[in-house]
Amino acid sequence: MATRKTQSKTNVSADELKQFYRDMLLIRRFEEKAGQLYGMGLIGGFCHLYIGQEAVVVGLEAAAEEGDKRITSYRDHGHMLACGMNPDGVMAELTGREGGYSKGKGGSMHMFSKEKHFYGGHGIVGAQVPLGAGLAFADKYKDNGRVTFTYFGDGAANQGQVYETFNMAALWKLPVIFVIENNQYAMGTSQQRSTSSAEIYMRGEAFGIPGEAVDGMDVLAVKAAGEKAVAHCRSGEGPYILEVKTYRYRGHSMSDPAKYRTREEVQKMREEKDAIEHVRDLLLSGKHASEDDLKAIDKEIKGIVNNAADFAKTSPEPALEELWTDIYADA
Amino acid sequence: MTSNRILPMSRAISEAIAQEMRTDPSVFVMGEDIGAYGGIFGATSGLLDEFGDGRVRDTPISETGFIGAGVGAAMSGMRPIVELMFVDFFGVCMDSIYNLAAKNTYFSGGNYKVPMVIMTATGGGYSDAGQHSQTLHGTFAHLPGMKVVAPSNAYDAKGLMATAIRDDSPVMFMFHKGLQGLAWMASPDGAATVVPEDTYAIPFGQAKVVREGKDATIVTLSMMVHHALDAAEALAKEGIEAEVIDLRTIVPLDRDTILKSVAKTGRLIVVDEDYKSFGLTGEIIATVAEHDPTCLKSAPRRLAVPDVPIPYSRVMEQFVLPNAKTIADSVRASVKGA
Repeated sequence: MATRKTQSKTNVSADELKQFYRDMLLIRRFEEKAGQLYGMGLIGGFCHLYIGQEAVVVGLEAAAEEGDKRITSYRDHGHMLACGMNPDGVMAELTGREGGYSKGKGGSMHMFSKEKHFYGGHGIVGAQVPLGAGLAFADKYKDNGRVTFTYFGDGAANQGQVYETFNMAALWKLPVIFVIENNQYAMGTSQQRSTSSAEIYMRGEAFGIPGEAVDGMDVLAVKAAGEKAVAHCRSGEGPYILEVKTYRYRGHSMSDPAKYRTREEVQKMREEKDAIEHVRDLLLSGKHASEDDLKAIDKEIKGIVNNAADFAKTSPEPALEELWTDIYADA
Repeated sequence: MTSNRILPMSRAISEAIAQEMRTDPSVFVMGEDIGAYGGIFGATSGLLDEFGDGRVRDTPISETGFIGAGVGAAMSGMRPIVELMFVDFFGVCMDSIYNLAAKNTYFSGGNYKVPMVIMTATGGGYSDAGQHSQTLHGTFAHLPGMKVVAPSNAYDAKGLMATAIRDDSPVMFMFHKGLQGLAWMASPDGAATVVPEDTYAIPFGQAKVVREGKDATIVTLSMMVHHALDAAEALAKEGIEAEVIDLRTIVPLDRDTILKSVAKTGRLIVVDEDYKSFGLTGEIIATVAEHDPTCLKSAPRRLAVPDVPIPYSRVMEQFVLPNAKTIADSVRASVKGA
């Protein structure tokens, strides 16, 4: 892990700190609930939980402005919640119901929101990276000052199309931030066993793309790095790479045998680096919030997540007629 | 405006693109050597001069990257026309096409559209071997979410391209190299046609009866339309009147025109430059069989590449591609029950 940056480098108000706590907690509790529903057989397929990585999307969303775009892979629930998509619609898509964001046709890996400028939700490792460059191409073409956060993992960083995209993005100076969420495992293969160089953020160097590593368990450091990247892109200087070093506590998916790392390793991260505990400590030690304040937030989040689960369980199964809609735009 | 000018298919395509670009600023073109070079098969000639490199963008040789970028741009409200230089190159970028372009509308429950044209060159007959000579019509038509177009002449190509660009779904626009009217590759006479200067659109899913006949129905598309017409001409001299249907679009497929024709003639011969098994020819025959097998007076027949890679040798390649003689033989056998 990169050394945690000190909070003094960032300028965050008590309210914003509380908002970070709330947003990260929402993702964690939502994912815990999704795990439960999966266990009950209400969610199918492979469900990829974001628990442990919450500071990445929450920190970067804090650096984004209205109209900026985001696109990611299949570990996408956190991104959707962080950009403001409705937890009810996300959970109902997980249960494959009519009220889900994709009317039950996409599931965990395929959700989108035009309203929130969220472009999915993609199931093939690395495939969303060229799309992210295309979104940025459209923004540059329209000269609208927007940037695109293109998220992918350390596993996807070994896909060839990522480098095709780096080349095009640098060549055309596209306003795209490549966010490498390095959770240290490509499915079950550790970075040491899959990746020749530990410093993935340096891989843009050959293309002239600046890169930076940031401690992804520190939401303040992530936000600060995000702001720097956004400023770079918005000023017309082209793409930027942020390697956000993070850690997922759960398996790659719900079917993960958890044989490739020790329980102690996971436990150590949870105890020493947890992003939510970090903010909780800052809030309490800085006297920005009391235990009661945080309990109230916990309660609010619990309510939101329970409502989402209820909605996802009671939303009707999709009508079979829906099978034949949206195959083409006009049918 | 009336004009009797005759254009080769390549010019008809580039004219359709230029006309759409003039009226819709969200249309842009991207691909390998589509700018300064003008497109290896001429489909983008003249566009760079008129629209500049902001809208006519040469790309690196990175098909996955730039087709994926096209998908992203299309989801974001643009109307990209992306050229895949040879359809055979789909092997390096099919994920962008069939998993992303073709599925994102569905997987988003209609939240996003992917109004994108993937324009690509197909076909052989000029000794380029099997990594540069396939049509792969059936490969793309098989996968849901894409529309698939394969014109046989300049007039249709212009009108179908206009429709493709205006369509809100991804469209594979497959033009046969041998129809483009290139200085370095011979074209059949019928490929270059009178092309109106004004903009016009030809709806998808409307096959065209290009020759009427009562004795047998030849269903075909793209280059094979010309061979079928030559065959019909020869057969007419023997007193056999073959009807020739140019499908024009594979997805959507105009099944009604096929069924109507076969109901009249009672005989069906399907000709495709794609591989024979598991493809377009079988699909057309199944369509008729499922609808009403009793309308057939003799067993349906099909002519296509006989499930071998397309070879380099001229003799071998010409043997595997259907031609006017093999088509006429097949029709004759169908009519005479041989």
